[in-house]
Amino acid sequence: MAKITFIQHNGKSQDIEATNGGTVMEAATKHNVPGIDADCGGACACATCHVYVDDAWLSKLNPMGSMEESMLDFADNVQPNSRLSCQIVVTEDLDGLVVTVPESQF
Amino acid sequence: MALAKLENILIIGAGQAASQAANSLRQLGFQGRIRIFGNEGQPPYQRPPLSKAYMLGQMPAERLFFKAEEQWEKDNIDLKIDEEIISIDAVNKSIKSKTGNQYEYDKLIIATGSKVRHLPAQGAQLSGVHYLKTIKDSDDLGAELDNAKNLVIIGAGYIGLEVAACAQKKGLNVTIIEAAPRILARVASPELSQFYENVHESAGVKILTQSGVAKINGAQKVESVTLGDGTNIDADVVLIGIGIIPNDEIAKSAGIICNNGIDVDENAKTSNPDIYACGDCANRMVDLYGQRMRLESVHNAIEQAKLAAANIMGQNAPKLDVPWFWSDQYDLKLQIAGLAIGATKTIIRGDMAARKFALFHIDDENRILAIDAINSPPEFLVGKNLIAARAKIAPHILQDTNISVKELANHAQN
Repeated sequence: MAKITFIQHNGKSQDIEATNGGTVMEAATKHNVPGIDADCGGACACATCHVYVDDAWLSKLNPMGSMEESMLDFADNVQPNSRLSCQIVVTEDLDGLVVTVPESQF
Repeated sequence: MALAKLENILIIGAGQAASQAANSLRQLGFQGRIRIFGNEGQPPYQRPPLSKAYMLGQMPAERLFFKAEEQWEKDNIDLKIDEEIISIDAVNKSIKSKTGNQYEYDKLIIATGSKVRHLPAQGAQLSGVHYLKTIKDSDDLGAELDNAKNLVIIGAGYIGLEVAACAQKKGLNVTIIEAAPRILARVASPELSQFYENVHESAGVKILTQSGVAKINGAQKVESVTLGDGTNIDADVVLIGIGIIPNDEIAKSAGIICNNGIDVDENAKTSNPDIYACGDCANRMVDLYGQRMRLESVHNAIEQAKLAAANIMGQNAPKLDVPWFWSDQYDLKLQIAGLAIGATKTIIRGDMAARKFALFHIDDENRILAIDAINSPPEFLVGKNLIAARAKIAPHILQDTNISVKELANHAQN
């Protein structure tokens, strides 16, 4: 298990216990985190689970695949710390991870 | 105010649309009681992986479920997943279950989805003949595939093709039988059909188009399939994937207007002001193409569920997206934006041989109506916006890969 903090654009935050081996997106949808719609269920097909990853954590995540990279290249309001949360695999090392949900996803 | 009196919202169905409707209602602040009624004995789960990653054993069952059961409890959403609803009393605003229980509602959401179309052929009841709709269907079929040699798939739609790709990976001999002159005939352009036909054939799948099934043979378990022309094909497993039928009977019986599914308005509301419908079972207007249709897709289920929830809560309708779909086969990610209704030309952008390209379907005025993107997420994402903007772009621009996807919009005509 890893504790993940989701921060909304209005500053409201939510701490969630995520299962190892699952994805950050799944942790969000399983706990009703607003703004993470994940319309495609994690197939890297829709870019509706876009998050900003707290800089301190970026290097600890599994690297981006080419599909995620090109989806993000064209998603809205992309920043250098953008990831698709359906592609971030939860491990023990991510305990304490902080991500922010973009305002545009509401 | 009327909203204050809302206490009971019932949702018939426990699939994608039902789950989304319940979650959206809570996210929009609904405090009353929400009950979800299902008949599969499973908490709400996503179906797309059933013919893809889940069938290949690459995704454990618990990842299919949208939420853990305790989370549903925490969200105060009552899951009655073993209680099949058989009738609606629209006058007294209540529904009745098979077991005889009655539940009253202030607002009702019908998210009953669809059922598989059955093949009216002799032998279709034999053991080893499968349809694919539920987790159980996928488990049963998957288990048999692990010990089978010859799979015959009847129907070359997405379900059939996705299972063909899975079975091919598992090492089976796969034959696909399709009545139409091409695969994906109902849902894809001729160019896309041809591409997928080549992909499957080069992977070793045998495809027989313009072929009907005369009968399925076997003593108790299936042994072979006989085609209309008398050809016999060995089969120890058969999958039938010939489309779905909307579950609208319960609405029809309650006097709700149905035409190929339950008719709904722009707020997902049926002809009864207290009853909504969303997902596969609903028939909606799609403004972009100026016609009513049933969209069998995850995007549609989610979008309509959000519309219903917003309307119930007295909020503005969320912005609509261009209809979109996806399919995973082999190493190919297909993402489709829009519908090629009214398209007269297809422009190829990219390299079909390299399996990385997009097909732009345009009309006589060069208006982009639909895009099929294969391993090309940029074309898909940008394309969705171009379709929504009803952009017109000349064919020579669309096919010029020296012009980046991002720049395409700058070339739109008036």
